[in-house]
Amino acid sequence: MEKMSRVTTALGGSTLTGRTMHCHLDAPANAISVCRDAAQVVVAGRSIFKIYSIEEEQFVEKLNLRVGRKPSLNLSCADVVWHQMDENLLATAATNGVVVTWNLGRPSRNKQDQLFTEHKRTVNKVCFHPTEAHVLLSGSQDGFMKCFDLRRKDSVSTFSGQSESVRDVQFSIRDYFTFASTFENGNVQLWDIRRPDRCERMFTAHNGPVFCCDWHPEDRGWLATGGRDKMVKVWDMTTHRAKEMHCVQTIASVARVKWRPECRHHLATCSMMVDHNIYVWDVRRPFVPAAMFEEHRDVTTGIAWRHPHDPSFLLSGSKDSSLCQHLFRDASQPVERANPEGLCYGLFGDLAFAAKESLVAAESGRKPYPGDRRHPMFFKRKLDPAEPFAGLASSALSVFEMEPGGGGMGWFVDTAERYALTGRPLAELCDHNAKVARELGRNQVAQTWTMLRIIYCSPGLVPSANLNHSVGKGSSCGLPLMNSFNLKDMAPGLGSETRLDRGKGDARSDTALLDSSATLITNEDNEETEGSDVPTDYLLGDAEGEEDELYLLDPEHAHPEEPEYVLPQEAFPLRHEIVDTPPGPEHLQDKADSPHVSGSEADATSLAPMDSSFSLLSVSHALYDSRLPPDFFSVLVRDMLRFYAEQGDVQMAVSVLIVLGERVRKDIDEQTQEHWYTSYIDLLQRFRLWNVSNEVVKLSTSRAISCLNQASTTLHVNCSHCKRPMSSRGWVCDRCHRCASMCAVCHHVVKGLFVWCQGCSHGGHLQHIMKWLEGSSHCPAGCGHLCEYS
Amino acid sequence: MNRGGSSPSAAANYLLCTNCRKVLRKDKRIRVSQPLTRGPSAFIPEKEVVQANTVDERTNFLVEEYSTSGRLDNITQVMSLHTQYLESFLRSQFYMLRMDGPLPLPYRHYIAIMAAARHRCSYLINMHVDEFLKTGGIPEWLNGLEYVPQRLKNLNEINKLLAHRPWLITKEHIQKLVKTGENNWSLPELVHAVVLLTHYHALASFVFGSGINPERDPEISNGFRLISVNNFCVCDLANDNSIENASLTGSNYGIVDSLSELEALMERMKRLQEERDDEEASQEEMTTRFEKEKKESLFVVSGDTFHSFPHSDFEDDMIVTSDVSRYIEDPGFGYEDFARRGEEHLPTFRAQDYTWENHGFSLVNRLYSDIGHLLDEKFRMVYNLTYNTMATHEDVDTTMLRRALFNYVHCMFGIRYDDYDYGEVNQLLERSLKVYIKTVTCYPERTTKRMYDSYWRQFKHSEKVHVNLLLMEARMQAELLYALRAITRHLT
Repeated sequence: MEKMSRVTTALGGSTLTGRTMHCHLDAPANAISVCRDAAQVVVAGRSIFKIYSIEEEQFVEKLNLRVGRKPSLNLSCADVVWHQMDENLLATAATNGVVVTWNLGRPSRNKQDQLFTEHKRTVNKVCFHPTEAHVLLSGSQDGFMKCFDLRRKDSVSTFSGQSESVRDVQFSIRDYFTFASTFENGNVQLWDIRRPDRCERMFTAHNGPVFCCDWHPEDRGWLATGGRDKMVKVWDMTTHRAKEMHCVQTIASVARVKWRPECRHHLATCSMMVDHNIYVWDVRRPFVPAAMFEEHRDVTTGIAWRHPHDPSFLLSGSKDSSLCQHLFRDASQPVERANPEGLCYGLFGDLAFAAKESLVAAESGRKPYPGDRRHPMFFKRKLDPAEPFAGLASSALSVFEMEPGGGGMGWFVDTAERYALTGRPLAELCDHNAKVARELGRNQVAQTWTMLRIIYCSPGLVPSANLNHSVGKGSSCGLPLMNSFNLKDMAPGLGSETRLDRGKGDARSDTALLDSSATLITNEDNEETEGSDVPTDYLLGDAEGEEDELYLLDPEHAHPEEPEYVLPQEAFPLRHEIVDTPPGPEHLQDKADSPHVSGSEADATSLAPMDSSFSLLSVSHALYDSRLPPDFFSVLVRDMLRFYAEQGDVQMAVSVLIVLGERVRKDIDEQTQEHWYTSYIDLLQRFRLWNVSNEVVKLSTSRAISCLNQASTTLHVNCSHCKRPMSSRGWVCDRCHRCASMCAVCHHVVKGLFVWCQGCSHGGHLQHIMKWLEGSSHCPAGCGHLCEYS
Repeated sequence: MNRGGSSPSAAANYLLCTNCRKVLRKDKRIRVSQPLTRGPSAFIPEKEVVQANTVDERTNFLVEEYSTSGRLDNITQVMSLHTQYLESFLRSQFYMLRMDGPLPLPYRHYIAIMAAARHRCSYLINMHVDEFLKTGGIPEWLNGLEYVPQRLKNLNEINKLLAHRPWLITKEHIQKLVKTGENNWSLPELVHAVVLLTHYHALASFVFGSGINPERDPEISNGFRLISVNNFCVCDLANDNSIENASLTGSNYGIVDSLSELEALMERMKRLQEERDDEEASQEEMTTRFEKEKKESLFVVSGDTFHSFPHSDFEDDMIVTSDVSRYIEDPGFGYEDFARRGEEHLPTFRAQDYTWENHGFSLVNRLYSDIGHLLDEKFRMVYNLTYNTMATHEDVDTTMLRRALFNYVHCMFGIRYDDYDYGEVNQLLERSLKVYIKTVTCYPERTTKRMYDSYWRQFKHSEKVHVNLLLMEARMQAELLYALRAITRHLT
């Protein structure tokens, strides 16, 4: 603030000089106004009313207008204005509703000139006519605006705002007869001074009170308004309807707004609460203020540009009892501190990134990541000499696209649509989903589904060929993406099995899963060593045809990392838990109790223990026989789900969660489940798969999720006769007591879905109309219209 | 009526006024019969409220949508005389109790209990004890303030000040709450709590002012409900609504008097309206008028021995309502006249320097989003609500009267409007009304049916409820303004 900086501006011979400075007032200021000669400023407040002259280095108190023994409420000013034609004329608005004019030319100490006591409530604003010497306008809390001719004792005319409090009145600078007024209810009115009976135009500008407005000094029709809703709006009033040209969102309610002289798009604002700074905005760039003055310690109550043709001097008064002169040159510019960067991740995996050009340039030496196609695009704004920070506007936009083919999200949509999540026995669901996954070429997933089916379903139902097929294919023709799953990032649950396989050194990944699980059994239970051999042999025998293919494709698997993935035996974190788990029979009991298990399944499992020999038909049978408790798998499955979720395939995690239901739910903590659900639902909605997302919401058991489709389920309807909203019921109007929607077919009231023809607007029950239009193409109401139903 | 489990005698649930007590002491054989209060209010005949209700389906709809208890409670029934207002009332109440907000649900109800307890309003306490348990509150807390977390206990100070002497709240109080280490309140939480406190202080005024009866609901004995103490003395209620109050009909003079009272009031309003232009009081005069009004409000209750409780009697009440005291700290702290405090040179609150519209709203809305709009709508609604009627007269502009009521309440809390001539209050509000206003806003628990009946005898009950609404909202706004001003000062 103390930094000296002189600014001289040539203004038709006279020059303005000065520096950023401030002076202490005795009391909080409510408003300030500048004299025409730009050398004096008047400050008014509840207990202050003084004129200061603006010297080069400081403010000098020139006159105290607050005289008299006991200061009356007439001197408690809400607003003050200095006439722009006459240097001796001032007007103040008092909080008790009095409008006072002051004549500095009076020889006595008391300069008070006239007193108008016509308003019943606080007067919020006074305004002199820009060219007419004797016309004064006032706006008050009592809802009236009054126009005074200073040569007379009373008001010339009264304008009624329909008992809404007036917050601001401003004469138009260009149109001689026009003035604007703003109201507590958010409206702005335009009046012709000659027609007090009604306003020329009215529109709602803000939500909540409009505290201030200001006409553009040059552009004829531009009006800026600021409101409690923290917005500054610029309106074009020349058109038939007031058009919102610009909108600036600030961080606090806007108390004052003033256009900056000589800068067409700049305006200064200050706020009523909380925020103490003064901002200068370029209305075309509404997000970051062009300049900011941070001198005040309490809210700024009044701002004024010192000279109508000099854009660099701003004066302000504040509740912190100080008067300031701000120099534009000393303003802080938030833009300089901002690091304009933007990042957006597209639905199909594309990534766009915009940054300041300088930042990008510095980085460009880096080698682009192989496999990514990078399309740098540079946008440069046209340089505008009028704009002070045009140079900052240039930025670089980089777009990273996914490799075509590799990153398409078609599979996601297909999977989401075709997966069956409920309504059938578990085995069928698994099979169906496995089939879907396989058809989309996602063999890893298909494999998982099959495994789940094996783990959780009864023996004898798995067609072995199917199983084998899926497994074989699963590893042979995976996409690169799938490969990476296999080789690199397998979570302990599923991954360990594959790794185990690799550790053995044979690339027979087709049997990997089964083999490992079989090995598991051998390791843990130490009873049936054949358990591992039998199914493996069986599968190998059957899968011979595909072995070649597998080997052929193998090089594709051969990532350099492969040898590192030798599986240590500790990869089975479950071993210790086995000891504690309950024995088989109890598990069977559990299963039978589960509501998700169909009758046949339950039967089959209960039969299982009796059939103790190892059947060649199914692996799962063997698993049950080895009396592995279900918890054993649930940990595996949990890890598997985690793995999928971490890989970004939250779809799989959620689908399995829903399909398996109670079987795994208890093993995964609520929060994680909720997290998966929300992510999946979010994805589905971004792909506009509303039905699927709703199904998922419905099937979820988490309370937070299932209440998602309970929110905003209300549909508001208007009555078709009186056009008013129907509040209590959707089919009878409270006002005109008529039933709004009758079915054209059955002539009864439609209480549910109502379908109507957009041509003739007749309609009725969905079922009835569908039926009717099957037999006839004419409207059921008999209007002769040819209705279409599609 | 007795829900506490233990039932001494039915009559014991009513406070006894001094007169009755004397009589009882003298003649022990006199049995006080259970008063025949039916309907939602002890002051208003049931049919008045019910009549209005059956017509109005809108109310039912509102209750369905916004009631937290899911039933039509007595407050709602009485308020439904003014459906327009009821909507904004229920909406804001629902928002602060049920919708997104910084405080957990049980906290909100506990704060409501704390606020209602300041005025010993067992009706509101019982209501929120139920809700508190329903929303999963810890039952132990209901044993009293010693059982609640320190954080809630810290709220006691501003609860006490807000309820009785809001002008004493300073930014230090706020700072103490916001900066006390682990038990601190975040600003949004604090604002939420302040909104709840002020809402329930004001609502307690309404409950007592309108003589709301305890809910008649099935016995829910969770052990925490208080014995429903109806604060109205039996002698007040014995002459039930059907029976005319002897003191009112005792002589023709009474009727004539009250009739002319109304005429005179209308006459005065008219005169004031016409006069205002030609007569302009000097500034000194205006200031004196405000001071006078302030001072006078000081004598309004204390001077009126008939209605006020001698100190010893009030002590007795304390025993009856001792159940409530577990939610209160410093029970002796009560309203003290603002005027009397003049000796300490507390500056008058200048309404224009910190208004709800300009300042309060922005702050509330900033820290607890959307509540500002709801409260704003409610204040506007109550301020502008009018049917242009006065008793039997129609097409009356009652703006003046409403403004006088609103500003008189603010005056008692030391808030002064520069643009208001406090001489109007004197002209428009008769003494009995002033007594009533002062009691309802400052010591609502002392309201009696006699006070309610003694003012504006020609007016309809719905109009008196309207008065209560105005008093309630004016009180809430006054408390809010003081609290928010303190928060603003803390922020700057």
